[in-house]
Amino acid sequence: MVQSLSTTSVNTDTTGWVTICTLDAIAPNTGVNALLGTEQVAIFRIGETDEVYATGNFDPFSQAFVMSRGIVGDRQGVLKVASPIYKQNFNLKTGECMDDATICLPIYPARVVDTQVQVSISCRYDDRMIKPIR
Amino acid sequence: MPNSKQTLVVVGNGMVGHRFLELMVEKGGCDRWNLITFCEEPRVAYDRVNLSQYYVDKTAADLTLVEPGFYQDNDIQIYIGDQVIEIDREQQVVRSANGAEVAYDRLVLATGSYPFVPPIKGNDATGTFVYRTIEDLEAIKAYGEQSRVGVVVGGGLLGLECANALKSLGLETHVVEFAPRLMPVQIDEAGGAILKEKIEALGVQVHTSKVTTNIVSENGKLVSMQFADETSLQTDMIVFSAGIRPRDELARTCGLQIGKHGGIVINESCQTSDPTIYAIGECALYQGRIFGLVAPGYHMAAVASDCLLDVAAAQQFTGADMSTKLKLLGVDVASFGDNFAKTPGAKELVITDTVAGTYKKLVVNAEGSLLLGGILIGDASAYGTLLPLVQNQITLSANPLSLLVPTSGVTNSLSVENLPDTAQICSCNNVSKGQLCEAIREDSLTDMPTLKKCTKAGTGCGGCVPLVKDLLTSELKKAGVEVKNHLCEHFSYSRQELYHLLRVGQIKSFDTLLATYGTGYGCEICKPTVASMLASAWNDHVLNTPHIGLQDTNDAFLANIQKDGTYSVIPRIPGGEITPEKLIVLGQVAQEFDLYTKITGAQRVDLFGARVDQLPLIWRRLVDAGFESGHAYGKALRTVKSCVGSTWCRFGVQDSTSLAIELELRYRGLRSPHKLKSAVSGCTRECAEAQGKDFGIIATENGWNLYVCGNGGMKPQHAVLLAADIDKATLIKYLDRFLVFYIRTADKLERTSTWFNKLEGGLDYLKQVVIEDSLGIADELEAQMQYHVDTYQCEWKATIETPEKVQRFRHFVNADDADPSLAYVQERGQKRPATEAERVVLNQSQALVTPPQY
Ligand code: SRM
Ligand SMILES: Cc1cc2nc3c(=O)[nH]c(=O)nc-3n(C[C@H](O)[C@H](O)[C@H](O)COP(=O)(O)OP(=O)(O)OC[C@H]3O[C@@H](n4cnc5c(N)ncnc54)[C@H](O)[C@@H]3O)c2cc1C
Ligand code: SF4
Ligand code: FES
Repeated sequence: MVQSLSTTSVNTDTTGWVTICTLDAIAPNTGVNALLGTEQVAIFRIGETDEVYATGNFDPFSQAFVMSRGIVGDRQGVLKVASPIYKQNFNLKTGECMDDATICLPIYPARVVDTQVQVSISCRYDDRMIKPIR
Repeated sequence: MPNSKQTLVVVGNGMVGHRFLELMVEKGGCDRWNLITFCEEPRVAYDRVNLSQYYVDKTAADLTLVEPGFYQDNDIQIYIGDQVIEIDREQQVVRSANGAEVAYDRLVLATGSYPFVPPIKGNDATGTFVYRTIEDLEAIKAYGEQSRVGVVVGGGLLGLECANALKSLGLETHVVEFAPRLMPVQIDEAGGAILKEKIEALGVQVHTSKVTTNIVSENGKLVSMQFADETSLQTDMIVFSAGIRPRDELARTCGLQIGKHGGIVINESCQTSDPTIYAIGECALYQGRIFGLVAPGYHMAAVASDCLLDVAAAQQFTGADMSTKLKLLGVDVASFGDNFAKTPGAKELVITDTVAGTYKKLVVNAEGSLLLGGILIGDASAYGTLLPLVQNQITLSANPLSLLVPTSGVTNSLSVENLPDTAQICSCNNVSKGQLCEAIREDSLTDMPTLKKCTKAGTGCGGCVPLVKDLLTSELKKAGVEVKNHLCEHFSYSRQELYHLLRVGQIKSFDTLLATYGTGYGCEICKPTVASMLASAWNDHVLNTPHIGLQDTNDAFLANIQKDGTYSVIPRIPGGEITPEKLIVLGQVAQEFDLYTKITGAQRVDLFGARVDQLPLIWRRLVDAGFESGHAYGKALRTVKSCVGSTWCRFGVQDSTSLAIELELRYRGLRSPHKLKSAVSGCTRECAEAQGKDFGIIATENGWNLYVCGNGGMKPQHAVLLAADIDKATLIKYLDRFLVFYIRTADKLERTSTWFNKLEGGLDYLKQVVIEDSLGIADELEAQMQYHVDTYQCEWKATIETPEKVQRFRHFVNADDADPSLAYVQERGQKRPATEAERVVLNQSQALVTPPQY
């Protein structure tokens, strides 16, 4: 994976939570992409609530960093996001690909505190993740 | 092991010869036989049954029966434009006019028939024609253009069809029939009289009991014909359609047994008197009969292929049903079974309605318990249900009259469900109810087009289609398959229903629609569909807050996403016309942002490789230079292609470019169930390919011809002519109605072509709605379009002028960096995304740096 970035300055508090943006920077039922260190993290907001989820922004099928541009919704009540390129669905809470059990996105704890969206990069749950080719 | 194969030669590549080869391939015959065929005509087999469509809306290519690649893929050698002139039975060799000499182990004669030209003096004059091949039709058309009057000799099935053709060429048309009535073979006297009346009402003059004695020419040009009763008729051209004669000349000269009146004698296995030679189709004679219809020919093809492949329970040919149903000059005519009540004791039951102009006759057995045959004129809608009653000898449950006039209570209303599995549903292709049911079950078929494709039922005369459709519905119902077209799990409604609810309820957001009619959160299927419906109904900007989360990424960023997550930019170039100044701007923008540049297939320029953060910057430049969004990203109007038309082109008859631009500007931004494409050509040469578009316009001397529901792409489809020679105001009116009607009634992601194919009532119905306003909604449709036109705004201009909207065009919400993963290499002087392998190399050499910032 090519990452030739100047590391951005991130506001990390002692518990590993990083403040990304204000809640209203994420339009209801859309995603944004955040830069955390050298990682790209997609953060989705459910409806007009402060329920937020974070996954890796890398789409293992198209091999492009685009997940934040997918459409949010549900399948049989399970919250999910569809890749904007080839439309595979991913469970927002577990990162699992709902169309291919061998594929999984990394997920990150995410929350809203005082209208600020925060993601914890210190505990990225990607042990189930199939490494992308690139 | 090619050597172990034997050689099978088929003489004649007409409808039956080709069907035979298809069956051989289907049944695996290529493993056993080297297949070789001779095709005398300059083109491979085509649909002779629908030959007359050549004058309406079909080209020679449309009529072909041969799937692309059929001969090559199956290793069948075909000699096109070459006639077999000799069969040497001794040496088992055929010789052709072009000098080919082919040895055969088995030979199949499928030479068809030729039109009979009565031995009348002067019958070979310039201006006389026959009606059998595409070349015949071309010649008739060319000559017809310089003629005023045309006569068809022969008032049978084909003669009347031919009269229709002459009439469509704009000729004053006459039919001359030797017998005292039209269609003497199929119709009795009383029926003939009604038919004659109907046909004369359509402007074709019918002369019965006329024996032509002389055809008179002056200065080598036909002028009139004289009859035995000493009357005469002035005419410029004559088409003979007085029956057919089997083409048995080859068989005759090589000594095969021939019938008294011609025809190659065959047995139940379609073998001729030489067991190595078979004859099938119109050239074959079985029990003294020639079968001048395609269905018996197809049956013979099946029988012969069974025999040649030693199929265990080989089919046999034991004669055929000569029932026919057709539309002659718009008059329905059907004749089936024992139409003349020749069965001993048979009784006739006739209903003549001189007001409606219908004649219906049923022939029943002495007891009135079995239907034996009948004739229907003026209204043949019962044909599909009556024929199976005859063919399957079904005992009538009530008074036979109820078959024609449904009486309350007891009816014979024949439902397909009551038919036995052996009942033949499609007689053209010999498909039984059992075969159809099996196909529906085994292959889980749920729609007509696939069922037709798999079983061939309904692909001949089309008469059985209603029955096949009923069968499909009843089988699906039985299987518990509810034929539903719900949008997705979140809405138990079809797109059409939701569109209606949304308009009637004035619903303006997805959330309201979901709360009222749906469940859950929605998904990537219903959200973009509803977004498109909202846009076509209310025309609110797609990036406004309540809508943004519904949009597919293309709509969400107003550009087309590419494989690496970058986008392509396509500004509108209405009609494909562009000034040099604007062209230069495109070049400059491409240079400045390092975009791969390509001319698209739809007359505009595509700039690829734009990063999401570059899009607003690029569009600032483009909007300033006068460009608008091209909607290449939306299920919306794409382009109206044009040709240069009368302004420059020496052949153009109207200004096609101006019209294309006007239409593109009128309908730009129109969101629809699927993308919409259009084109305008300045003359029939059709350089803009209008007949392959959702709506296409071709200039005529008198105005414009409007074609609709064409398609390029995966399944190309020829557009149909909706209205001819109309002026621009009418054209726009019809287009407004057509487009909104489509938007309201199509399913999601259904192009106009697929929508049209499913449209109950087809072209006639569409004409009624759009032209005659049969639903009384024309004003409403026009008003909806006018609303769209009045509220149009360039999505990109509106976007770059709204800071909150621009805000979304960043790769990171919390950093200004661009996507660091993008990597490109050079090819033909421009960039393209690096492949995986190239990325590895780029990585190692550290050559890859963050793309430049703008
Ligand atoms: C760019 C272009 C090819 C080119 O380099 O020339 C193109 C590119 C794409 N076409 Fe196309 N089509 C392009 C002209 C055509 C044409 C020719 C034409 O419009 O005259 C056709 C056949 C005509 C037709 O549609 O009837 C065409 C038939 C298709 C189809 C098949 C549609 C069908 O009904 O069968 C698809 C797939 C679909 O829409 O489901 C498709 C889909 C696509 C998509 C959107 C596929 C995708 O999802 O990535 C491509 C992306 C466009 C992009 O990134 O900008 N494209 N595509 C052409 C853009 C034209 C423009 O200026 O807007
Ligand atoms: C205008 C029209 C409308 C019709 N409408 C209907 C209808 O509605 N319903 C219906 O059932 N039938 C209809 N028919 C009849 C139907 O077209 C024929 O029954 C069918 O085409 C017969 O098929 P075939 O293969 O036997 O003959 P053809 O289709 O005529 O094919 C025979 C081919 O063999 C070629 N050939 C002959 N001799 C040689 C040789 N020595 N070497 C090489 N090639 C040779 C011929 O050129 C021809 O191409 C219609 C026919 C016409 C002309
Ligand atoms: S379609 Fe006709 S008018 Fe248009 S460019 Fe071609 S030849 Fe000229
Ligand atoms: S009966 Fe003619 S197509 Fe089926």
